[in-house]
Amino acid sequence: MALLLEQLLNGVQLGVMLFLLAAGLTLVFGIMGVINLAHGSLYMVGAYAAAVTASATGSAILSLLAGLVAAAAVGMALEYVVLRRLYARDHLDQVLATFGLILFFNQGMVLLFGRQPLFVDVPEALQGFVRVLPGIDYPVYRLVIIAIGLMVAFGLYWLIQRTRIGMLVRAGATHREMVRALGVDVRLLYTLVFGLGALLAGLAGLMAGPILSVQPGMGEQILITTFVVVVIGGIGSVRGALFGAVLVGVVDTMLRAYVPGLLREVMAGSEADALGAGLASMGVYLLMALVLLVKPRGLFPAHA
Amino acid sequence: MRNLWRDERSWTVLLLVLAAFIPVVAPMLDSPATTGLATRIAIYAIAASSLNLLLGQGGLVSFGHAAYFGLGGYVVGILYAHWSSGDPFLGLIPGSNDLLVTMPLAILVGGLGAAIIGALSLRTAGVQFIMITLAFAQMLFFLFVSLQAYGGDDGLAIRRVAPVLGMNLRDPATLYWICLGLLALWLFLMDRVTRSRFGRVLAGVRQGERRMAAIGIRTYLYKLVAFVIAGMGAAMAGALMVNYARFVSPDMMHWTKSGELMVMVILGGLGTLVGPVLGAAALVGLEYTLSGLTEHWQFVLGPILVVIVLFARGGLMGAVRRIAGPPALHNAQPLPPAELPPAKPVPESAAHG
Repeated sequence: MALLLEQLLNGVQLGVMLFLLAAGLTLVFGIMGVINLAHGSLYMVGAYAAAVTASATGSAILSLLAGLVAAAAVGMALEYVVLRRLYARDHLDQVLATFGLILFFNQGMVLLFGRQPLFVDVPEALQGFVRVLPGIDYPVYRLVIIAIGLMVAFGLYWLIQRTRIGMLVRAGATHREMVRALGVDVRLLYTLVFGLGALLAGLAGLMAGPILSVQPGMGEQILITTFVVVVIGGIGSVRGALFGAVLVGVVDTMLRAYVPGLLREVMAGSEADALGAGLASMGVYLLMALVLLVKPRGLFPAHA
Repeated sequence: MRNLWRDERSWTVLLLVLAAFIPVVAPMLDSPATTGLATRIAIYAIAASSLNLLLGQGGLVSFGHAAYFGLGGYVVGILYAHWSSGDPFLGLIPGSNDLLVTMPLAILVGGLGAAIIGALSLRTAGVQFIMITLAFAQMLFFLFVSLQAYGGDDGLAIRRVAPVLGMNLRDPATLYWICLGLLALWLFLMDRVTRSRFGRVLAGVRQGERRMAAIGIRTYLYKLVAFVIAGMGAAMAGALMVNYARFVSPDMMHWTKSGELMVMVILGGLGTLVGPVLGAAALVGLEYTLSGLTEHWQFVLGPILVVIVLFARGGLMGAVRRIAGPPALHNAQPLPPAELPPAKPVPESAAHG
């Protein structure tokens, strides 16, 4: 029971991270119609910037700022230099150009910081455990991640549903040409939305630092899972991204926690662990296939 | 139009004939490694050409094509492992190290895998399709990483391959000629397929799926068949690659491999017969050259790809046409990427017509 609750929280925590990435990806796609494979690179940039700042200054606040600023700045620069030219192109060109960007960023990080993973400590104020239920202690840091993720979800909801910018974003997603015709500076809007997506990716990256290792290629691992989230949730829908992310996070964590144990009942230990890990990694893709069979456009299609 | 096709086909043949002399010429130029490089190019050309059927003809952006490449490779690898250990696969199928047995099986399994993944993925379109094909390929990647019995992460080595019709596959030149011959066969098949009624329908699906559905064609089936054919081609290439490298590992189906195959198609020229071959040669050559210069060659290759996508429309074939292209040929150019309609999800009812 204690283990189950702990794994459930771990799942939600993974889900929240996935949501931060999926929200940016789905917004950028919903509004600009661009599929951005390099979204994972922005996550990596955020993680690296925070990790390097943390080891140089030891300040958690500074490293938070560094991660956010670096990801948003790199994101907007990327939009300005490359992605802006891809809006009118088909998906194939977008995939290829951003695939090239991934190679560039991953190898760039190897050049700058080497292949060795960087390890980041949990900020001092967030170390330790908190008793969530009698007899169950849970790391404060992971609870903070969940809290931040939920805050971001509410913030995004407010931004998109209640503000003028959000109105433009929604309008841009449904009738791009009309918004442009009404005299809105669509280019600026696009850059801002892209920057917001990059910022969220950077936030996910810098929070992931102390939990996972910071290394080149870290972005793609999670990016592909994020794709699963976006497809399950429905492309272009932020609400779908949230539900999809938590669903995928919990299912993935549960499978990883319990499948090897179940397999160990029927086969040798080490082999069961390897096969279990493999089957658990496949689980979310099977979930996606299942959702697609029932609802080909995802659980919460944006423009139904 | 007929003129150009005749043109492209005739100089595809010329290219293949010239390529056949590489193992003879290379030792004279004191670069025996060239034959190996050319073998890799021929193998990747088959895989890229099979992907081109989806990307160029059908407008289906599959980002998981390496899955079938890897499946084909693993069929050869797993059958070899059972041949050398002596116990049959799943207690039923005896192992083998004979390419004449393993390759057809690899093609079959590749086609079967493509049929299953395609049947699910083709329920979607556009970006979802890209993401789903990628995700399924990644799923297979994780499956093979976790199969400890077949080497897991480390892969399988293939040590002794039986001679094929008395030809020794250990000899680089022999293997190269086999690969080149299969490439020629595959290109012939692709040429027939693209100009058949089936190919026309596929091109129609790319240009306007709703229209094809409206004239009463079940587009889903056509797309699925194309997907299966492409998967079979990739699996054949994978089987050859394992025979060439004498090694199979999950890396063969890594998502970057899918990306590389797409790059080859675009680099060479989307929707052309010989483009994927040129693209494979260009990318393998570029990787070989850059990796000779610096360990961080991807740092250079990445921006090159971006620049090519942004500024060099139509790939190498496009450039060839621009240099050689008299206005008379202009009409016959295949659709440049911009004219491909951005695939919009077709409502289910329409897609199944």
